[in-house]
Amino acid sequence: MNWSLFIEELGKSQENLLIAFGVSSLSAIASIILGTILGIIVGLALTYGHVINRILARLYTDIIRGVPLFVLIMAIFYIQAASGFGMTAFQAGTLALAIFCASHVAENLRGALQAIPKGQMEAAQSVGLTFLQCFFSVLLPQALRQMLPAWVNTAIEIVKGTTLLSVIGVAELLLATQRVISRTYLSLEFYLFVGLVFYILNFTIEQIGRAVERRLARHG
Amino acid sequence: MDYHFNFAVIWRNWDVLLKGLGLGLYLALAALFIGAIIGLIAAFWSLSPRAWLRIPARVYVSVIRNTPLLVLIFITYFGLPQWGFRLPRTEAMIFTLAIYAGAYLCEAFRSGLVAIPKGLREAGLAVGMTELQIQSSIIVPVMLRNVLPVLSNNFIGLFKDTALAAAIAVPELTFQARKINTETFRVMESWLVASALYIIACYLIAALLRLVERRLAIPGTRQ
Amino acid sequence: MNILTISGLHKSFGAVEVLRGIDLTLDKGDVVSLIGASGSGKTTLLRCINLLETFEGGTIEITGEAIGYQEKNGRRTRLPDRVIARQRAMTGMVFQQFNLFPHMTAQKNVMLGLIKTKRMAKAEAAELADTWLERVGMLSRKDHYPSQLSGGQQQRVAIARAIAMNPQLMLLDEITSALDPELVQEVLAVVRDLAHDGMTMLIVTHEMKFARDVSSRIVFMHEGLIHEEGEPETLFASPRTTRLQEFLGRT
Repeated sequence: MNWSLFIEELGKSQENLLIAFGVSSLSAIASIILGTILGIIVGLALTYGHVINRILARLYTDIIRGVPLFVLIMAIFYIQAASGFGMTAFQAGTLALAIFCASHVAENLRGALQAIPKGQMEAAQSVGLTFLQCFFSVLLPQALRQMLPAWVNTAIEIVKGTTLLSVIGVAELLLATQRVISRTYLSLEFYLFVGLVFYILNFTIEQIGRAVERRLARHG
Repeated sequence: MDYHFNFAVIWRNWDVLLKGLGLGLYLALAALFIGAIIGLIAAFWSLSPRAWLRIPARVYVSVIRNTPLLVLIFITYFGLPQWGFRLPRTEAMIFTLAIYAGAYLCEAFRSGLVAIPKGLREAGLAVGMTELQIQSSIIVPVMLRNVLPVLSNNFIGLFKDTALAAAIAVPELTFQARKINTETFRVMESWLVASALYIIACYLIAALLRLVERRLAIPGTRQ
Repeated sequence: MNILTISGLHKSFGAVEVLRGIDLTLDKGDVVSLIGASGSGKTTLLRCINLLETFEGGTIEITGEAIGYQEKNGRRTRLPDRVIARQRAMTGMVFQQFNLFPHMTAQKNVMLGLIKTKRMAKAEAAELADTWLERVGMLSRKDHYPSQLSGGQQQRVAIARAIAMNPQLMLLDEITSALDPELVQEVLAVVRDLAHDGMTMLIVTHEMKFARDVSSRIVFMHEGLIHEEGEPETLFASPRTTRLQEFLGRT
């Protein structure tokens, strides 16, 4: 392992790597936000929807969760290209990540809502709340709290998933690192480096998630 | 959309695709088996009062779970040879996936172990069993029954993770689908069929594992 | 006008008929205890009155208003969600499992119905909540969360939550069954207090001594019908029907 050379090369490519890190982050954030919103909608359809909506939602989650994320990314990228949609690799990849995120969020939300004891709804109805009022004041706050750990896990999976975008040519951090490696031949050093970057990033997300959980738990 | 479906390409390569699917299952099983051993040891270590066992186990789990699998694969296949540790691609994939699985299984086993009432061990001590006997005859069998659902989920996840082997040219299903895609430009067919094969395989595995769970479940326990 | 008038109430769960024609009237200030074996329909009756369950036949009127359903052109239809919600607020229900909202303090638990259903301003709701929390002896803990309260304390907050809505009728569904024995008395004391102040109450309970102490009337139910009804002293001392004799011999 050639540490001095590694540090030197790291310094030389830091600008490229930083930009690439920005691309990774942007993709992760966009897909997590989009995916969570979509996932909540699908999750509501799964729990409360009419039969047809529930079946469609179930089909969606089962199909997306049965396919590896890697395949999903490539499938969406190549199929949209052949269909003439003309998305960039970044757009197609981020879309795939969002769809993946949504399927997990939907399933987590359904589980969380169904785990709430029936008595909560009954108690809220007994003081005269309508269904919508019950849902927003009593059910949803409890469900979101219950979902938080699983949601943090999904977010971390998405962050890790951005590395898969390298395969369709998105200039995110892993691909940029590979370019540096092809120039410098410092494979181990730079792969360990990019691994470390992701580790620190995800570890931080995990810790923030736990801190938020602790704060919410104090309030029962 | 100006696309004319032509599934002939798929039928011609059907055996290659199925072989790829089989290879993926093989990779997942091998990784599960080795990973389970690693995970079980790590689980016991992580619960140990001895810090020199506990801390490495916790660090292992934290590092592996937060690092992208693709990066881990590249470290093994492209990085480790620098240290003289050279593995052929399939073995490299199994090696990496086993270490990856071990971290997740460690967490599964750990919660399974923690959930076992202390009274079981004390009952074993009361009839004069040694610690090792108690662990092997009582604790681990009960724990395994409890974590079976989690193990099933992990296995299905591992099977999906084998798709990443395509990145180092292991000829499993995703690699073959991509090959057909780039060689014949049959974009829709190759990816739709690959996705369908994964979905069906996962569904069948899940159904099979549910049967196994029910067979092995301790009679009278609620599922 | 009676507070509660039930005529010919029929309710089935699928193929099983659980309420087979119930007639019951409560005047203002009546405290009626419903007793009977498990499965006699007591809890189902309560849950029909506050519309947590549907019912297929008969009518329920609270202060003269028919609740749950309307008769239009000879067809019986369920009233819209918003009307049902308002009708539910005419009764107050206290559950066996307390069902306090875990993510809200005791005070906020009591305030929720006041704000959402009665459209009170926050300050006004808080004041009213505090009044009732004090009444049940829980004012000092108004900022505690349910997980920080004992079972008896939670149930007292639940009573405050129900009664703060100023209902016409209080429905108490085995409210001490889930409590440790030493916590039962504090809850029963609150109920006794409310009864003395003239609250109209329908109580499902297994606590026979309590039922005898606090009720103006006892109703004995068996397999979906009312078998006997009367004043506590006479009913407990000389039960007329064999079923009631068996039941009292058992408890």
